[in-house]
Amino acid sequence: MGRMNGLVLSLGALGFGILYLPIIIMVIFSFNAGKLVSVWSGASLKWYAGLLENDQLLSAFGTSLLIAVWAATIATIFGICIAVAFVRFGNFRSRLALSAIASAPLVMPEIVTGLSMLLLFISMESLFGWPSGRGVDTIIIAHATFGMCFAAVVIQARLRDFDMAIEEAAADLGATQPFIFLSITLPVIAPAVVAAWLLAFTLSFDDLVIASFVSGPGSSTLPIVIFSKVRLGVTPEINALATVMIVVVAVAVIGASWAIRRRLSGRDQNQ
Amino acid sequence: MVRGMGKYLVNLPAVTGRRLVIALPLIWLAVFFFLPLVETLQVSFTSPRRGIPPYEPLWGIGDDGFFTNFTTGNYALLLQYWSDYFGPAFNSIKLAFFSTLVCLLFAYPMAWWIARSNEKWRTILLVLVMLPFWTSSLLRIYALIGLLNPNGFINAAGLWLGLIDAPIQMMQTDFSIYMGMVLTYLPLMILPLYAVMVRLDADLLDAAADLGGSGIQIFRTIILPLTLPGIIAGSLLVFIPAVGEFVIPALLGGPDQLMMGKVLWTEFFRNRDWPVASAIAMLLLAILTVPIIYARYQDGRDAVAETPNPKQAEAG
Repeated sequence: MGRMNGLVLSLGALGFGILYLPIIIMVIFSFNAGKLVSVWSGASLKWYAGLLENDQLLSAFGTSLLIAVWAATIATIFGICIAVAFVRFGNFRSRLALSAIASAPLVMPEIVTGLSMLLLFISMESLFGWPSGRGVDTIIIAHATFGMCFAAVVIQARLRDFDMAIEEAAADLGATQPFIFLSITLPVIAPAVVAAWLLAFTLSFDDLVIASFVSGPGSSTLPIVIFSKVRLGVTPEINALATVMIVVVAVAVIGASWAIRRRLSGRDQNQ
Repeated sequence: MVRGMGKYLVNLPAVTGRRLVIALPLIWLAVFFFLPLVETLQVSFTSPRRGIPPYEPLWGIGDDGFFTNFTTGNYALLLQYWSDYFGPAFNSIKLAFFSTLVCLLFAYPMAWWIARSNEKWRTILLVLVMLPFWTSSLLRIYALIGLLNPNGFINAAGLWLGLIDAPIQMMQTDFSIYMGMVLTYLPLMILPLYAVMVRLDADLLDAAADLGGSGIQIFRTIILPLTLPGIIAGSLLVFIPAVGEFVIPALLGGPDQLMMGKVLWTEFFRNRDWPVASAIAMLLLAILTVPIIYARYQDGRDAVAETPNPKQAEAG
């Protein structure tokens, strides 16, 4: 296999290079005094300072944050319901329907989801007067809808590994189902619930296409603003913004995987 | 008997609770996912009009009783201007197909590398794969523009090193689209491949090598068949969203790199022809039906075949 390894390593390294070179260059040039992402004209923090004064970007950031927190929370609650139904309820009558409708959004092109959601909101408005216009609330509904399907996948994986005997023992001792769920099941699946929430949050926070369809005036999310700026050309402030966001995500992901590793190794020592 | 009653009383809320747990997401998804698709299908059979909303209702009850505005005109339009609509459709399929291949070309050695590393390196490399996955794909594509632009980093570096005499046109070509696709979808291809490769028994490879199998023989007869489920899963995860991709052709593609997502977007936002946009959405769904159903069938098979193993679940 020795001959193969060289090829494997060089293609693999090239793959990591493709993933990281754009990001690294962007991070470096976010500290560039000049506007170009090619000519270094001295170190400067001016694009970061400009970021703090850019009200349009800041308010879009706030809108995105609000939407993502609500959407992720709704998505996680419903995602738990879907996961519990699949893993714990056996063969219930609507199982096939739920499994089809909970997995279709995972593979549906965003542009179709966005368009069809907008058409639904419009016909609902003309029928019931709700939702009146599009805004933060319609984006939250749209994001929660596809978010819950991703959340369900993450939680299901964890729930499937969890020994049902503990729940059954508690039930035999007379504990009610809600009590069992809150005191046993939920703490055990907590890491997956957190992961599901974070995934739903990220999907919502990053979504451009669906939000473009179901947003209204005054509810421009961060990706919508970034997209409109990027279409006009490279804007150095976006370099600074992207660097901040990448650093936040990197710290979170590395911290989380470190915590999981520590938990795992701690568990191995206990056994 | 009293105890029996008690059990009944305890179970009563449990049964209602069970119903609620199933009904809540089912109703939500029926209303906010299934109904919208039905509505899109309806709008694709109406005609556009000036006003809000910019399409006629498909049916309704007016002064003269029940009426319909059913028309197949939007689909006829797609057929009539065949090259304007089906051209981008074929282009989408072509670009998505080759993007999947390019992703596979890089992801396969990357996943193999991760799966064959020791535990410490495996964690580091997996985090390196996951990290871009968690960061905004819009920002990563934006970063790529900074690299590929005529006055971007690659051209500037090439000129400075004397490798090129004039900036190379990389933006608005198939190349920039493929780069964007790889940047966006590579992690989605690596993860399922890694999941099957990490389960692959190393003894099997050693045995084959001891028996004199060449590298290519071992790859063809052992590694490839055993990692095929990962190849299929990863390819579907890349191909399906890539066909409907909008951001990549919009930001990295030129006027020639039309894809369905971009055409739909233009019809909807610029031409404000919502019925035609709906018809394009239906066409996109029709194209994706086969891979989507195949993906669900694969999923179902995996769920049955999957043996519960906590360690794998943590790793995956």
